[in-house]
Amino acid sequence: MVDVDLSLVNWSRAQFALTAMYHWIFVPLTLGLSVLCAMFESIYVRTGDEKWKSLTKFWMTLFGINFAIGVATGIILEFQFGTNWSNYSWMVGDIFGAPLAVEGIFAFFLEATFFAVMFFGWNRVSKGFHLFSTWMVAVGSNLSALWILVANAWMQNPVGMAFNPETARFEMENFWAVLFSPVAMSKFTHATSSGFLLGSLFVVTISSWYLIKGRHVEMAKKSIIVASVFGLLASAYVGFTGDEAAFEDAQKQPMKLAAFEGLYKGEEGAGLVAAGIINSSKKPGDSQKPFLFEVKIPGLLSLLANRTLGSFVPGIDDLVYGNSEQKVMGVAEKMKLGQLAVADLAAFKQARQEKNEGAASEALTRFTANKEFLGYGYLDTPEEAVPPVSTLFYSFHIMVILGSLFPVLFLAFLFYTVKGKITETRWLLPLGVLSYFLGLVAQQTGWIVAEVGRQPWAIQGLLPVKMATTNLAVGHVQATFFMFLGLFTLLLIAEIKIMLKQISIGPEGL
Amino acid sequence: MIANLDYGTLQQIWWILCSVVGSLFLFLTFVQGGNTLLWQVAKNDVESALVMNSLGRKWEITFTTLVLFGGALFAAFPKFYATSFGGAYWVWMLILFTFIIQAVSYEYRKKPNNFFGAKVYEFFLLINGTVGVLLIGAAVGTFFTGSNFTLNVYNQVSWTHPLRGLEAAFSLFNLSLGLFLVFNARVLGAMYLLNNINFSAMDAFKERLRKAVWINFLCALPFLLYVLVSLLLMQGFGVDEAGVVSMVASKYLLNLLAMPLVLGLLLVGLVLVILAVLATAFKGNDKGIWFAGLGTVLVGLAVFFTAGFNNTAFYPSKVDLQSSLTIFNASSSPYTLMVMTYVALGIPFVLAYVAYVWRQMDSQKLAAHEVVDHEAY
Repeated sequence: MVDVDLSLVNWSRAQFALTAMYHWIFVPLTLGLSVLCAMFESIYVRTGDEKWKSLTKFWMTLFGINFAIGVATGIILEFQFGTNWSNYSWMVGDIFGAPLAVEGIFAFFLEATFFAVMFFGWNRVSKGFHLFSTWMVAVGSNLSALWILVANAWMQNPVGMAFNPETARFEMENFWAVLFSPVAMSKFTHATSSGFLLGSLFVVTISSWYLIKGRHVEMAKKSIIVASVFGLLASAYVGFTGDEAAFEDAQKQPMKLAAFEGLYKGEEGAGLVAAGIINSSKKPGDSQKPFLFEVKIPGLLSLLANRTLGSFVPGIDDLVYGNSEQKVMGVAEKMKLGQLAVADLAAFKQARQEKNEGAASEALTRFTANKEFLGYGYLDTPEEAVPPVSTLFYSFHIMVILGSLFPVLFLAFLFYTVKGKITETRWLLPLGVLSYFLGLVAQQTGWIVAEVGRQPWAIQGLLPVKMATTNLAVGHVQATFFMFLGLFTLLLIAEIKIMLKQISIGPEGL
Repeated sequence: MIANLDYGTLQQIWWILCSVVGSLFLFLTFVQGGNTLLWQVAKNDVESALVMNSLGRKWEITFTTLVLFGGALFAAFPKFYATSFGGAYWVWMLILFTFIIQAVSYEYRKKPNNFFGAKVYEFFLLINGTVGVLLIGAAVGTFFTGSNFTLNVYNQVSWTHPLRGLEAAFSLFNLSLGLFLVFNARVLGAMYLLNNINFSAMDAFKERLRKAVWINFLCALPFLLYVLVSLLLMQGFGVDEAGVVSMVASKYLLNLLAMPLVLGLLLVGLVLVILAVLATAFKGNDKGIWFAGLGTVLVGLAVFFTAGFNNTAFYPSKVDLQSSLTIFNASSSPYTLMVMTYVALGIPFVLAYVAYVWRQMDSQKLAAHEVVDHEAY
């Protein structure tokens, strides 16, 4: 194996995190706003009211500005798997590459083809075909999310595959198991519905600003009604799918759940921390308290994790050091078996090179017995298997708290708008202006939970990130990190300035 | 039926499919070529707007084809994806960089308060159409000239040149292929604009485009000739039945002679491009883009087939011949290729709706009055 430079791993992770987080500023808005534009246009086509057309075109303009930078920041992600994570790409390209290819064939082409009609086809195609095209952009955007989330879910819960010792890589055995894994479905539904929610918040934010300024009042009210109804439904679904995602975490990635709940000692009837301050000096296995302050809801974590009130939820210490009473195998034990698997795989490869089939067969038999622990063989200490607890705890709780606020906000906007009192409800409008930015925070923290919570694994339990990188001098990655940081920041500034100007110009004739 | 195909057939099918996507991308670089013509052919704001709006309605198709090319290679030839992208780090990073700056440029260029100003966005498009296309050509050139990498027993790549892939651009063959693609993209771009724009009362503009077709073809010609002659004379990376790679004299000439169909694709493709250029430049024909486009696709197919078929290493290593990649040692497992082949049955459907929408949108040529409002690029 190639020796791994940990600073290279960290810079590679930083670059991927940077590009993914920038990309995720724009993508959820694309997912939600594309559907909202299609809804606005559907109302226009149904009513024939030109005001709805003008309203649709205004939101489409903002959609287009956001879409362009979303595309720009997205291309690097696909190719970065190859440039910076080439070992990963080779080892799992069979499984991970397939959804990306399907995404290109079936989703990106829908978006790319119908995007031009959506923006430039108003006078070139029929009203019906234009509406169809707008819906196709929305469908294409969300379909692309499906495939990339299937790929991501496989990293969290590798299913439908087997390790091939001949090639030393993971190979797909069941495409449907990869596509329809419960983690994939919960990821897809949670991420897209959160995109619908963010799109709705975006409409509420800008409309609230117009109402505060007393401009474009009719357009703002119309927009708020559609966005509030859509946002309310989306936020309910986000809550439902979020619960499902947490359940899947508990079943497939118990370390992630334990970390984002700050749970060190496993419990039966474990409580859910509603709020708390993490003790940052706490380490796995020591006797310090995990929280400086905490408010717990008794029994709720067990219910969330196992759908049973009194059930046992393993904590970080149980997962690291094992808990024989609860039949939890610790990382330390898995590491021993993993180290055997690593050695036996090397012996197998060596025997194959020397054409010693007898030794190869013996090594393969030994390897097969422990192959499920292969990834653990590359860890240096059992504690390495613990992701950053503070980052996860705060990210998770910020996401959940914000996610709980949004349905209330949508309900309030809907109520006061339908009652005809929204312009007089001055306390609500500033909250509305703020809401999109809170939504962005919830989006980013949600992905931090998903991805930081998977650490130290690139593929849960099978391939640590430190074994997944490209063999590069760290200086190359540092150079491209700062290149992308600079470029994306400049493009973000441009996007914000253009967006603000378009918002200040507002829709025509409304 | 697909389930019964043997592994070797699936690997060859996927090399063909990747070649088709790659070749279509080369045709679609008319967008990049068109970008670079902006300063030379558009002499006022309306002409600039026509160029930008005409190309701006197609850029996403080109971009998406590039993304699909990457995705298809990842799924079908993951060892190539890992070796080339991870190894030739800087050449791919710079290519991507030019596509990132392209992606925002159409939308942002004319928007008020756009931070950089229109000229900078136009410069971004120029970079994409020149540096981006040139480096893609240089990367494709390494299919024939080889790269500097070794693979260990776990197939992990080590690159042996400090420039991490950029050294490809310093090979005369690779550079010539890159420059040919740049000028060919400009030829295609000018032809596309001639076909797509309504030139009423803009005869001078139209003439400048016709002139651009001819001049850029003349610029492309020496590079094309150098690439062709070199390709026919150079040593190539042959693979024997045991999978051992060795240098073979005139390997690519032998490949073309051994695969008359590929030779036919190359010749027909070249003839189509040349005829389209002549008809456009001297006969007043505006449909040249379709013939030159088809010609480019055929030439692209011939290039990829020559690199990958007939016992040839398509991504050879200069420093360790046995690390070279062939379509048989670099591919996914039989199961993945089979699943992907089922998925690929959807490609004709995708092509059909792309063609339908293209026709719907372009049945009327783009007129000046359509590009002056604030919604236009």
